[in-house]
Amino acid sequence: MNFLLSLEQKMLQDAVERAARDVCPLQELHRHVDHAELTLRKRAWETLAAMEVAGLCVDEAHGGSGSDLVDAALVTEVLGYNAVPSAFLGHTLAVLAIQASQDEGLKQTWLPGLAKGELVGTVALREPDKGWYPDDWSMRPEAGRLSGAKSFVLDAGEADCIIVGMADGQLGLVEGRTGGVQCTPLDGVDRTRALFDVVFAGAQVHPVPAAKDAATRLVDAASVLIAADAFGGGRRAVDMAVEYANQREQFGVKIGQFQALKHQLANMATRMEMSRGLYWYAAYAFDHRPLERGHAASLAKAHVTEQFLQVARDAVEAHGGIGFTWDYHIHVWLKRAMFDWAWNGDPKFHRERYARLSDWQ
Amino acid sequence: MDLNYSPAYEEFRKEVRAFLDEHWARPLNQDRKTRTEAEKAFRNKAIQAGYLYRNVPREYGGGGQEPDVLRAQIIREEFREARAPVELHQNGVQLLVPTLLEHGQPWQKEAFIPKTVAGEYFWAQGYSEPGSGSDLASVRTRGEIVGDEWVINGQKIWSTGAQYCQYMFALIRTEPDKPKHEGISYLLIDLRQPGITVRPLKQITGRAEFCEVFFNDARTPSNWIVGQRGEGWKVSRSTLKFERSYIGGAERSTELFARLMELCRSARIDGEPALRNPGVRQRLAEISGALAAQRYSSYRQISMAANSEDAGIVSLMFKVFSTDIGQDIAKLARDLIQESFLLAPPDESNWRHAGFERWNNQFMGSLGLAIAGGTSNIQRNIIAERGLGVGREKKPGGEKA
Repeated sequence: MNFLLSLEQKMLQDAVERAARDVCPLQELHRHVDHAELTLRKRAWETLAAMEVAGLCVDEAHGGSGSDLVDAALVTEVLGYNAVPSAFLGHTLAVLAIQASQDEGLKQTWLPGLAKGELVGTVALREPDKGWYPDDWSMRPEAGRLSGAKSFVLDAGEADCIIVGMADGQLGLVEGRTGGVQCTPLDGVDRTRALFDVVFAGAQVHPVPAAKDAATRLVDAASVLIAADAFGGGRRAVDMAVEYANQREQFGVKIGQFQALKHQLANMATRMEMSRGLYWYAAYAFDHRPLERGHAASLAKAHVTEQFLQVARDAVEAHGGIGFTWDYHIHVWLKRAMFDWAWNGDPKFHRERYARLSDWQ
Repeated sequence: MDLNYSPAYEEFRKEVRAFLDEHWARPLNQDRKTRTEAEKAFRNKAIQAGYLYRNVPREYGGGGQEPDVLRAQIIREEFREARAPVELHQNGVQLLVPTLLEHGQPWQKEAFIPKTVAGEYFWAQGYSEPGSGSDLASVRTRGEIVGDEWVINGQKIWSTGAQYCQYMFALIRTEPDKPKHEGISYLLIDLRQPGITVRPLKQITGRAEFCEVFFNDARTPSNWIVGQRGEGWKVSRSTLKFERSYIGGAERSTELFARLMELCRSARIDGEPALRNPGVRQRLAEISGALAAQRYSSYRQISMAANSEDAGIVSLMFKVFSTDIGQDIAKLARDLIQESFLLAPPDESNWRHAGFERWNNQFMGSLGLAIAGGTSNIQRNIIAERGLGVGREKKPGGEKA
C-alpha cells in the first residue's frame, strides 16, 4: 500500500514543469491567446517530443516508454498548471487506442512516429448533437470509406491520424490532411486548445481491431486526463489568487489579511487539494482495477472539473477589476476550466453514468 | 503507486481475521449489560494481541507495538468489517493518554493510563469557558496553591460527557501575572467533590451530550499537574497536535452515506423510490465525488505517514471537508423526508420506532460538527495562514489574559 508518486514520477513532473515554464511563460501565453499564432504550440510540442513525452504510453517495442496512464496524467496536470497549448491530450488518446489494437501492422506503421512526436494523433468522439460516449456513435464504414461528421475534435487541423469512434463501439483510423477529411476550425472559448468540426466524405478508414471495451476505455482515459488537467489548472488558480492576496494592498494592509478573502482562499485550496487523490485513483484504476475503471473515471471527471470551474471563477473574483481584464492572465485558466467541464461529457452526464455503473435503482 | 498491501501485510491481515473469527461474534438480541461485558472481554483480548492501543506500552495496559500505520489501517479495516469493538471513543483515551505518555511523570502514567485504557476511568475535557471559545488561551478559571493542594474557582463549558466522568483534564490559569499563554497549567481534577457542580446542557437536538462544570473552591493535589507550572498551553498543544495528526479517514462519512442510500431506497418521489429520481441521483453522485476525494486523500496521508513524510496542508483540511459532506448529506435527506421534517427528532429510547424524523437529528447535529473542536471558520483561518501562508491578522487585544 503506497499511494504516492515514485521518485521517477516526481522527476518526470519536475522536468515537464521546468520545460513548460521555459517554453510557455505568461507573455508567450498572452501572445498565443491574442493572436492565435501556431508558434507556441509548435515549440511546446517540439519540447515535449524531445523529452520523449509524446511516446509515454507507447510500449518499448514500438519506441516508447511503456508507461501507465498515471504518468500521462501527471504530465497533463503540469501542462494544465501552466496552460501549455499542445497536442498532448488528443495525441496520447490516439496512442492509447492504437496501442490497444490487435493489428500489429497498424502499430508498426503508426506508433514509432507517434512515439517520437514526428507524427501527431488525435481522436474524434462526439457527433453533432449527440453524446461523447460510444453508445452515441453512429458512423459506419462502407467498403473501407467513412462519411459523416464529428464535432469539437482537438487539433484535427494538424493531426496526421484521427482515431474515429464508430457505431457498435468500433474504432477506425483516418489519415489526417488527406482527401475526404474536411477540418473547419471553431472559435473556441479556450484559445489554448484548437477545436475543429470534421467532416468525413468518403475518407479511407483503417479498422482498429481491439478488445470489446476498447472504445469505452478510450473515453475513460480521456476523462482521467481531463481530470488531471483540471487538477493542475485549479492548483494554479489557487496559487495565483494566493500570490495576489499577499501582494495587493488596500486600507494600508495586504488584502490577504482580510478574513473574508482568507476564507475564500481556504475553501478554494481545500476544493483542489482534496481532488488530487480522486484523479490519481482514477488513473491508477485504469490500469490496475478494471472493474472500477469507469466509475472512477466518471467520478473524477465530474468532480475535479467542477471544482476547477468554481475555483477559477473565485480566482477571478479574488483579483478584483484586474482579474476581469483580457490583459491579465487569469481568464486563460477560467476558459480552460470551461473546456475541461464540457469536453468529453459534462458533470451531469458523468454523474448519471456513475449512478448507472453503481447499479442505483 | 500501488494500492495492494505487500505479502507481509496480507499475512498480518489474515492473522487479524483469524483472531476476529475466533474471538468475536456479533452479539444478537443481548441486553445491554451482557453486550457491554462481551465487548470489554473482547477488548482485553485484542489489547493482549496488540491490536488495540498499539502505541500505549504494555506496562500501562496497552498493546505495546511499534508504530506502523499500515498495520493500524488493516486493523481498522478488519475490525470495522467484523463490526468488532474498537478503541473507546473517550476523551481520556484519545487525548489524555497520549499527553501523559509525552509529558506525564512516571507515577501519573501508572496511576491513570491503565485504568483509562481499560475503560474504568472516564475523563472530561476542561478547556473552553463561556468567555474563551476560539480564543482558548484567554481562559480565566483560577488555580492557587494552598498548602499542598490547588484550589480552583471558575467555570468550564462544552465538556462532553462530564456527567458520566470521574475526572477532568483542564487548562487552569495558575500564573495570572505572566503573559496569556505562559500563565496556564494542565491540571487533573477529580470531579466527585463538593466544590464541583456538573450541569448537563440541553442541545438543539434535545439531547444533553455536554456540560457546564462549575468550580467553587474545588481542590486537587499539588502534584496532579502535567508538565511544569505555566506549561499547560504547550502541553495541551501536543494533545491537539495528536488530535490533528490523527489520520482523517472517511469512515464516518462513508457510514453516513450508506444510511442516506437506505433512505433513498425507502423514500418515494412520485410513487417511485427516490433513488430513481434523476435529480437525487445527481446529488448522490456529487456527494460520492466528495466522499471518494476524502477516501483517496486519506490513502495518500496513510502512505505519507508510513514513509515518515509530513502530509502538510491536506491534514488541515480534513475537518472542514468532512463537515461539509455531513451537511450535504443532511440537506439531501431533508429534501426526501418531506413532512417528517416537521417532527422533533426521537430521543434514544424510542429511536427504533421512529420514522424519517430521525434525520432531523443529523440535520441539526451536522451543525455541531462545524462548531465542535474548532469552528469551520477557525479551521479556514488555519488553512489560509499556516497552509497557504496568507497574512496572519493582527489579533485585537493585548497579550495579557
